[in-house]
Amino acid sequence: MTTFQPVLLEAVGVAGSHTLASYRSRGGYAPLERLLKEKQPTDVIELVKASGLRGRGGAGFPTGLKWTFLPKDHPGPIYLCINADESEPGTFNNRILMEDDPHQVIEGIILSAFATRATTAYLYLRYEYPQCWDRLQGAIDEAYAAGLLGKNIQGSGFSLDLYLHRGAAAYICGEETGLIESLEGKRAWPRIKPPFPAIEGLFRKPTVVNNIETMACVAQIARRGVDWFRSIGVPSDPNNPRDPGSYGPKLYCLSGHVERPGCYEAPLGITARQLIDGHGGGVWKGRKAKAVIPGGISMGLLTEAELDTPLDFAGPGKVGCLGLGTAAVVVIDETVSIVDFLHNSCRFFAHESCGQCTPCREGTAWSLRMLERIRAGKGRLKDLELLAEIGNTMGMMPGSTICGLADGAAWPIKNAIKKFRGEFEDYIKRTNPSGWMVTDPVPALPIVGAH
Amino acid sequence: MTTTQRILTPEMAARIEALAPRYPNRRALTLPALHIVNEELRYVPYEAVVEVAQLLGLAPAEVQDTLSFYQFFPQDKPSGETRAWVCRSVSCALRGGEEILDHICHAAGIEPYGTTADGALTVEPAECLGACDFAPCMLAGKTLHKNLTKESAETFVRDARARAGKSS
Repeated sequence: MTTFQPVLLEAVGVAGSHTLASYRSRGGYAPLERLLKEKQPTDVIELVKASGLRGRGGAGFPTGLKWTFLPKDHPGPIYLCINADESEPGTFNNRILMEDDPHQVIEGIILSAFATRATTAYLYLRYEYPQCWDRLQGAIDEAYAAGLLGKNIQGSGFSLDLYLHRGAAAYICGEETGLIESLEGKRAWPRIKPPFPAIEGLFRKPTVVNNIETMACVAQIARRGVDWFRSIGVPSDPNNPRDPGSYGPKLYCLSGHVERPGCYEAPLGITARQLIDGHGGGVWKGRKAKAVIPGGISMGLLTEAELDTPLDFAGPGKVGCLGLGTAAVVVIDETVSIVDFLHNSCRFFAHESCGQCTPCREGTAWSLRMLERIRAGKGRLKDLELLAEIGNTMGMMPGSTICGLADGAAWPIKNAIKKFRGEFEDYIKRTNPSGWMVTDPVPALPIVGAH
Repeated sequence: MTTTQRILTPEMAARIEALAPRYPNRRALTLPALHIVNEELRYVPYEAVVEVAQLLGLAPAEVQDTLSFYQFFPQDKPSGETRAWVCRSVSCALRGGEEILDHICHAAGIEPYGTTADGALTVEPAECLGACDFAPCMLAGKTLHKNLTKESAETFVRDARARAGKSS
């Protein structure tokens, strides 16, 4: 494995990296100034399309293509929303970009606003990132003072206002239409699509929602070019005309039971094992991995035997995971009970389900109650069938919910029951020796039905 | 009836109004306004919801609907002077986050979501704080506490109580 020189993270650890002076000294904003002077918005769209950049927020949708869904010759306003509601368990790459190199993000935002003809951009930042707030606000103030934001940027005739908007600790605001509703001052209930945000989004105007790391990638594509970007990662599969490939560098967040947790930049397609052993210093305490989350808890689980799976957009799906997600890799060592893991996952989703769609609201709540019962020594083998049923019926793919975050709640359940069924069965038989085989319905608790 | 004391001070209203030009309608000011009230009072009583609604030209129910969705703004009584969120999501839980939460609550003599009797500290479980590289972690006010141990957790509780009443 050749050593890869970090690009998106090149400023991490550099003193004063969050300042305009530092970013300028690294060549920052020069590409923006050149493009504003020489190019048209459509040229920037073509540049990003040609690069093959796919959104880094989790869904992996091609960024340039997303921009082309905006109506042509719209009288405006068109809005750009930057999704910094990073809340997927295990994920912190955007936090690092915003804290250590906010100007790289802002340059990407200005370029993307120019491309989409947006004149107002809102950066929706989760409440839990106060340091990011301060760094971003400082950087925005510097950018306004330097004529990089505001009216008639660098004499180009292009104007952009960029505002920070603070969330209030709700996971669902990371779903793009949930984010839009939240920005509008409402409960963050995702919208039924279509209409897609590109047609009718924020304040019912055409809107693009992009992730922070995607913005940083746009800045680097403008600086280093399409060929550079396409020289990194995994090319599209020639046998699959619908595969857009996995180009460019990616930030991988490594946490859990590794020796050196951290955010590491690598070409898309690095395997989980290379990441854990090469960057993370291996599973901690000399232990073995039992399971590894490939891209945030929503994506499900890789078994030890599946660790050579490449972490590109197509890789995790080939072994039954939901996808690459946020590329947050969480290592679970051999001493952890998979029952405890799934309980943690179900508790998260029961807490964070927005409550709009019944299958998700009830499915996440009941799966948590079942896991609590199993952990209390009252599990039955039949519970595994019920859990699997929840996993198979809750989500956009089975068609029962409005947003895809329900699929993310379902996937850990599905993967855990399928890939670790033996461990669940052993646990249930061991902890409930007299009742594990019972298949009668569990009587309702007396407190239920009080009203 | 005596004159009703207004909750929203002119300063708070001015801070909210200052943000108005950023948005094409006033409903979008809901979350920023609730944050401003919560920063000042450490809670958002229902009377403040009514006043925010008046300021924004909304029905109180619209503001209350948004507020209640997030489960973030306390309404019955103010949070402690320090509000701490201890992460219990997967990366922190794998490194002892739940034990740290128990330990902090025990050291403070409260249950999760509780506030100490002196009003110094509120402790709440949090879902992923996005600082998994420093697990187990906790956000207290604006400060991220990294790689918590039982010892550093106890020190945190002691410091929070010693600080109480001195900052304002």
